[in-house]
Amino acid sequence: MSIHHSVQLNRSLCVGCTNCIKRCPTEAIRVRNGKAKIADERCIDCGECIRACPHHAKSAVMDEFSALDQYAYTVALAAPSLYAQFGTPATRVMVLAALGNAGFDDVFEVAVGAEIFSRHASIWLHDALKKGKRPLISSACPVVVRLIQMKYPNLIDHLLPFDAPMEISARLAREQAREKTGLPDEQIGVFFISPCPAKRTAVVSPISSDNSYVDGVIAVSEAYPLILARLEKLESHQVASFANRHLAGSSGVRWGYSGGEALSLDTERYLAVDGIHNVIAILEEVENERLKDIDFIEANSCTGGCIGGPLTVANRFSGKSRQRGYIMAARDLARKHPGAIYPAGQVQIDPWKKELEPNEALKLDKDIFKALQKYEQMEKITADLPGLDCGACGAPDCEALAEDIVRGEASETFCIFKLKERLRLVAAQMSELEQEMNRHLEDDEEESDEAGEAVQ
Amino acid sequence: MRMAVQTVKLSFQIRGSDFVNAGEASSNTKKALSRIGLNPSVVKRAAIAMYEAELNAMIHAGGGQADVEIFPDHVVIQIADRGPGIPDVDLAMQAGWSTAPDIAREMGFGAGMGLPNIKKHADDMRIETIVGQGTTITIHILFA
Ligand SMILES: Nc1ncnc2c1ncn2[C@@H]1O[C@H](COP(=O)(O)OP(=O)(O)O)[C@@H](O)[C@H]1O
Ligand code: SF4
Ligand code: SF4
Ligand SMILES: [Mg+2]
Repeated sequence: MSIHHSVQLNRSLCVGCTNCIKRCPTEAIRVRNGKAKIADERCIDCGECIRACPHHAKSAVMDEFSALDQYAYTVALAAPSLYAQFGTPATRVMVLAALGNAGFDDVFEVAVGAEIFSRHASIWLHDALKKGKRPLISSACPVVVRLIQMKYPNLIDHLLPFDAPMEISARLAREQAREKTGLPDEQIGVFFISPCPAKRTAVVSPISSDNSYVDGVIAVSEAYPLILARLEKLESHQVASFANRHLAGSSGVRWGYSGGEALSLDTERYLAVDGIHNVIAILEEVENERLKDIDFIEANSCTGGCIGGPLTVANRFSGKSRQRGYIMAARDLARKHPGAIYPAGQVQIDPWKKELEPNEALKLDKDIFKALQKYEQMEKITADLPGLDCGACGAPDCEALAEDIVRGEASETFCIFKLKERLRLVAAQMSELEQEMNRHLEDDEEESDEAGEAVQ
Repeated sequence: MRMAVQTVKLSFQIRGSDFVNAGEASSNTKKALSRIGLNPSVVKRAAIAMYEAELNAMIHAGGGQADVEIFPDHVVIQIADRGPGIPDVDLAMQAGWSTAPDIAREMGFGAGMGLPNIKKHADDMRIETIVGQGTTITIHILFA
């Protein structure tokens, strides 16, 4: 299974410290020869290492604005979390207009796709619950989906089997652009303005289809200064041009933070978990069938949900409070002008056609006999290591080093304590040898003394 | 002559009334089984069955000991305690039957589904129990 990754290491900035290896939820990073290295088959693009690296050696490889030049007509997709980057007096329409002015021919809200998703997912969910499948799990965060494929393959068929809102909006934006311009698909560029690298990975290597409707993924942080500058210079006619366009309703805008998706699924019995390490704890519970009283689990890799994405700019607490403002405004709009809201109920979407494959990167060996042997060996080695989990060997903890040794990717002397032990042993042997040598020399001297005496 | 097969043995102490670390033995076993690369559904069955037995030893018997042996085609999980024993095994096996203390129930344990759940997930389950001496539950899970 080879997938593209958007999280990458800049070797020249890496100093080989242990900050990232300790934080990676899948133990995908090792420091070798003084530099970090990410194991592709284990990385789920969560971006935790980007946050953890004090030297900024980990970064997201995203698309740049120059990519827009390849297309005759471009559309920007605004993630719900994009709004939260901008505080009052900005309004949603202002942010959208400013985003358009940053170089796009048109803009489209991912919050629209979110509302469409929710309608279909809600019907599907209640049907699945009736059939006894419980709890169902959100599939909107690509990190969580990849985590499930690798660590919780039993839960693959608990995922809501629908393309994420980004794909739904991209499809609609593309159709709209085709109708408006008459251009062929290749000349229409659809760009998602993303809070995270994982979404770019999901575009380059889609989770459950062969092709994404999105052409490029630009970081929120990249678009931020451009939008900000244009917000200040926005002209009233540019804002007014949005007056006769449909906007997403409040439930779509609410997807920007943790809990937003769950609230739109018509069940009280939901659980919203955020932060990848918390997600792991909850999925563990689900797999062990200890959360059977829950209908739906919304799981977001980032703390706070997408407003806490690694490529966002605003602090996630102020972001959340701003997002609430946008939600309230959307609610007001729906009340005063119901016709202004995008008719999400009219759009059809289909469940995934392809069953997701498990990722077997964590298996010790394909052959059960060998795997048992390796496990036994691993246990022995772990017991023999100091158990300090210091990370100086380049592995996140002693057990991980033991695993690397068993896999033939490291040796025991990577452990500085083991190395010290070995050195002490060698030193002792050396001094023993030295003593022996001295004894020989003394013997020789005595012999030659005796010889000298004999000569005298 | 048969070649000796390599097996992996794990053992854990289960502390009585330790609700905070409840399920540690089964969660460590689960980790080992999935590392070894067993079929995910097998891992899950083993983990769930073992968890229930482990919790019973913790709640009803003042703790005990868990021994796991992993063979190439099956795993044997044995949970032994020196608790009060089970006077009527047939009754205990009934769904919903429970003598769990209030504290356990308050913490969400003690729905009387443990033993039936083990039976549901295991390929074979044996209970040896002597009142006043203790209980040993042996669970077999086959890999194919
Ligand atoms: N190891 C044990 N020692 C003593 N009694 C036990 C043990 N395991 C189960 N029991 C008895 O069997 C009953 C049913 O067990 P179980 O089905 O696991 O339900 P629960 O643990 O929720 O009560 C328990 O309430 C208890 O009376
Ligand atoms: S992106 Fe996440 S999974 Fe990938 S190496 Fe970094 S911390 Fe690990
Ligand atoms: S929570 Fe949102 S921002 Fe974070 S990785 Fe998942 S989809 Fe991306
Ligand atoms: Mg029980």
